[in-house]
Amino acid sequence: MAISHWVWLAVAFPLAGFLANGALALRRPQARGLVSLIGPGALLAAFAVSVGVFLELLREAPHAPTIVRLWSWLPAGRLQIDLAFQVDQLAAVMLLVVTGVGSLIHIFSVGYMKEDPGYARYFAYLNLFVVFMLVLVLGSSFPVLFIGWEGVGLCSYLLIGFWFNDKANADAGKKAFIMNRIGDFGFLVAMFIIWSALGTLEFAEVAARAPRMLTQNGAVVTLITLFLFLGCTGKSAQIPLYTWLPDAMAGPTPVSALIHAATMVTAGVYLIARTNVLFALAPTTSTIVAGIGALTALFAATIGLRQYDIKKVLAYSTVSQLGYMFLGVGTGAYVSGVFHLVTHAFFKALLFLGAGSVIYAMHHAYHVTHSHDDAQDMRNMGGLRRYMPITFWLMMIATLAISGIPPFSGFFSKDEILAAAFARGETQPVYYLFYAMGVLAALLTAFYMARLMAMTFLGQNRTGEKERAHLHEAPWTMTGPLVVLGVLSALGGALNLPPFAAGSAALEHWLEPVTAPAAQFFGLQMPHGSVEYFLVGAAVVVGALGLVAGFRATLGRPIAPARVALPETGFARVLSRKYFVDEFYDAVVVRPLVWLSRAVLWKGVDQGVVDGAAVNGTAKLSQGLGWLGSRLQTGQVGMYVVFFLVGVLWILRAVIR
Amino acid sequence: MTQLLESTGFGQWILHVLILLPLLGVVPLLLGPESSAKRTALAVTILEFVLSVGLWWALDPALGGLQLVSDTPWIRSWGISYRVGIDGISLVMVLLTTAMMPLSVLASWHSIVKQERAFYALLLALLTGLLGVFIALDLFVFYIFFELMLIPMYFIIGIWGGANRLYAAIKFFIYTMAGSLLMLVAIVVMVWKVSEATGLMSFSYEFLLRNSAAVGSSAPWLFAAFALAFAIKVPIFPFHTWLPDAHVEAPTAGSVLLAAVMLKIGTYGFLRFAVPFFPQVALSPGVSRLIVVLAVIGIIYGALVAMVQPDIKKLVAYSSVSHLGFVMLGIWGGTVESVQGALMVMISHGFSTGALFLLIGMIYERRHTRMIDAYGGIARVVPIFSLIFTVVALSSIGLPGLNGFVGEFLVLLGAFPAYPWATVIATTGVIFAAAYLLWALQRMIFNPLDNPENQRLTDLTRRELAIMLPLLLGIIWLGLYPAPVLRRMEPSTQRYLQMVQPRVGAPSSIEVGSAAEVRP
Repeated sequence: MAISHWVWLAVAFPLAGFLANGALALRRPQARGLVSLIGPGALLAAFAVSVGVFLELLREAPHAPTIVRLWSWLPAGRLQIDLAFQVDQLAAVMLLVVTGVGSLIHIFSVGYMKEDPGYARYFAYLNLFVVFMLVLVLGSSFPVLFIGWEGVGLCSYLLIGFWFNDKANADAGKKAFIMNRIGDFGFLVAMFIIWSALGTLEFAEVAARAPRMLTQNGAVVTLITLFLFLGCTGKSAQIPLYTWLPDAMAGPTPVSALIHAATMVTAGVYLIARTNVLFALAPTTSTIVAGIGALTALFAATIGLRQYDIKKVLAYSTVSQLGYMFLGVGTGAYVSGVFHLVTHAFFKALLFLGAGSVIYAMHHAYHVTHSHDDAQDMRNMGGLRRYMPITFWLMMIATLAISGIPPFSGFFSKDEILAAAFARGETQPVYYLFYAMGVLAALLTAFYMARLMAMTFLGQNRTGEKERAHLHEAPWTMTGPLVVLGVLSALGGALNLPPFAAGSAALEHWLEPVTAPAAQFFGLQMPHGSVEYFLVGAAVVVGALGLVAGFRATLGRPIAPARVALPETGFARVLSRKYFVDEFYDAVVVRPLVWLSRAVLWKGVDQGVVDGAAVNGTAKLSQGLGWLGSRLQTGQVGMYVVFFLVGVLWILRAVIR
Repeated sequence: MTQLLESTGFGQWILHVLILLPLLGVVPLLLGPESSAKRTALAVTILEFVLSVGLWWALDPALGGLQLVSDTPWIRSWGISYRVGIDGISLVMVLLTTAMMPLSVLASWHSIVKQERAFYALLLALLTGLLGVFIALDLFVFYIFFELMLIPMYFIIGIWGGANRLYAAIKFFIYTMAGSLLMLVAIVVMVWKVSEATGLMSFSYEFLLRNSAAVGSSAPWLFAAFALAFAIKVPIFPFHTWLPDAHVEAPTAGSVLLAAVMLKIGTYGFLRFAVPFFPQVALSPGVSRLIVVLAVIGIIYGALVAMVQPDIKKLVAYSSVSHLGFVMLGIWGGTVESVQGALMVMISHGFSTGALFLLIGMIYERRHTRMIDAYGGIARVVPIFSLIFTVVALSSIGLPGLNGFVGEFLVLLGAFPAYPWATVIATTGVIFAAAYLLWALQRMIFNPLDNPENQRLTDLTRRELAIMLPLLLGIIWLGLYPAPVLRRMEPSTQRYLQMVQPRVGAPSSIEVGSAAEVRP
């Protein structure tokens, strides 16, 4: 039997891992050895299944997806949703990324989380996350994908708030979940419109019916895609729903690498690639997607310039890079978007894990000397290259990759996106603007990465006299995965090597069965010849300039350690406070809503009007009537007789009539 | 299984046994010592549940109509008979009721210390009343059961309730009585009008249903009376203010049964009586619009008010207003999907909210406070409680994969074609639901463990786990594999829709939605 039919095993292994680790977390949290075996072991098993599926697809090159139906989930009337998985080339790419990068991060976590009291709970959550992420990429219909979509959000919530004793962490987790829910609202509404317009929620059927039943650029398809995109802005942290991702850095660093860089946050890009036919039919939405992507790429990059927390820089960098992916899919370059998703998974996971190793070293040094300085603040680092050379060189590879320096992986994927945006500019000039924003963001990207590397690894060490002696490289369980990611970050561009670099655009061909239908309506003529060379050259120059400027600017003047640093002023303050967007949302949305609920609805309507006036008012009224009635009972028989006679006369009158 | 049941004549006696068994159980309970009352009650309710499970197989799943109908004449001159029977819809309501009952008894194990005999006797009487409401097919009998369940609940709140129990009990009683008296008048008028037209006086449900057209021009008034009685029970905004008071003051078992079962009587009443009797009124554009608007207000309003409650029990009470709004939207959505969804929300809400009240009761027994701010960080000391609380809260939020999602999704999906705007607004409820429950969750079980009183909390006992595990399994099972339940109900849902909508069967709004979009 074909291995694709066994794809559910890739989900079942981490699920078993979750159950086992969860039971251990509740009953025997000290069984670390067993947990370290089960957690990464489940992922490696899932990775093996993924490789098997990939090889089978490679061998057979099917043009239609394999649907694996597990059981009937939501049968109601005409709606018949099965819990079913869909195996095709796009799913295979995601499977490999999720289980491959996931395995590495699980192994890294064995070292990183070694001393945490919640070790078993951590791996239980991490395994559960992979379960939902795989359901997300394998789901054969919108509702099944949605199980994964919300499930990864749940795990993200649990892992951001992993150290929930600190209110800030618990706050960050809740914020992430609720902002994601705003996006999920869009996802739900999109499903309702799709159902009422097409009568199906299966991806294959939607792709088949949409071109027949929906007018190109019509209101229906535009609404569907806009609501879907609202879902994407939540999950993939795009404007206006991006503010949860930087806060999400409250979670353990490997979680940031896996969930908040490599996999979950790219779900929005995956969703658009999966439903590319709908987006191709809606050029207006696509322009909005590309515009929001470009804007987010630029906007987040500016904030990244002025952050001091090493993870915050990487968080804004992730928001920014996700923006590139949306620029790609919004341009109709679905493969480029997915390509960047893959290379970004490599180099950003590497950067986060590298940062994790740095934080691990800093934390240990501070721990030994009982210092309360911030182990994540780059102002307290500097010169770490001497103490952790492996981490430094590996992170350098990732820096070159994200800055778009050839031949590292990020160069190829980012260049493709920018070239596609430029090409689309020919028919829709607004894309020239998006291209320019992308180039500017690339400059800033190189700059903030150089700043990060320089502040962390170069120059004078600012950790402290005593602490310096305790800085050292992380154990092999942590550096090992880094090395693998370093190789992938360096060579990942080979996945889709363009013809000008003597490649054959392998990923492009691989994904052709998935993207071919969309190409009919939203095809893209990629530039060739001199234009192509000019674009490539410009991208390289911008990246190199940014790097040089970043290193020079950072190393050019002394940096004060965090505890003695002066507060920021002027525009730098605006940047370091992230344009005050959080404060703005709080003042405009959160506070008014709570006020409305408490003062107006609860105290006003519920207790005031309904209960106060209507219910208790009625009670008062009947009390009053009762009092009046009791007044009538005077005890004087004569009075009663009069009443009686009046009554009788009144009845007689009514009857005689 | 079906054959085994048939060999015992199960179908002939089961409904009568279900009604009588709790009443018979009251006798040994009252005769026995105070201390063994809870054991007797537990035995009776478990036996009741086990027997009721047989109904699953006793019912022919292919038929949508009423089955196991039996008729015993009672007051012949008025055409009243003891007539009972069930269909797929009442089947799941009966099972929900019998499943919740043993859990409620177990939840009262240590928390009810005064007048135990009386308490458990009332609980059993309540069980009879609740089941009677779901299986009665004679309007007079239905009314009696409807009132019968009111009285035990009144005493349960009024005697074993919290500090403000009398206010809550009386408010509950008067609110409900006001509605049910109007309904009694409506029933009598309806029977009288039908007998005038047909020359036959009968309170039989099916007879009245067949001849409901005879009420003529009084249909709007009659519908209004029925609707008001049920609207108070649901409760629909703005008839909901008895609910938070009743829930907060009631002992745990009372809250559980109120939320899990009694609220469903309102929506069940709409599905069984109010709409099928007067479809031309109930589904007229004006009335539909009114109800849909009130349902959506309930969804949003309930969620927002829940968000700012300092008392966790009140929070859950208001969340019920929100959930039941989905049920109303589903019923008026008018598609198989939306009505099936409404039924699923009824079941799921029973599980999730029942479980929430049980958990609140358990933590209340330890700390004697329901104020959210009195807790914080307790996941460190009571991990199993916190785990279960989290899962139940997530199911209430509607996380796909757990039970809450199934119903909400089907309701919204099914109601969208008929009421796109209302549905979109209702969908924002998913955001607010996450807001109020996660906020409460954070303030209770996450955050720093800063109150020394919380550091001595003990985790769930075996008895408490025995209460929660069945619910937890139900929550996961209904979330991942609701198909058997949906399939059991669907024929009855189809039948209901054929009854109330003359043109059902015509594929609903697909053509409407996309007609303009189809390219030539």
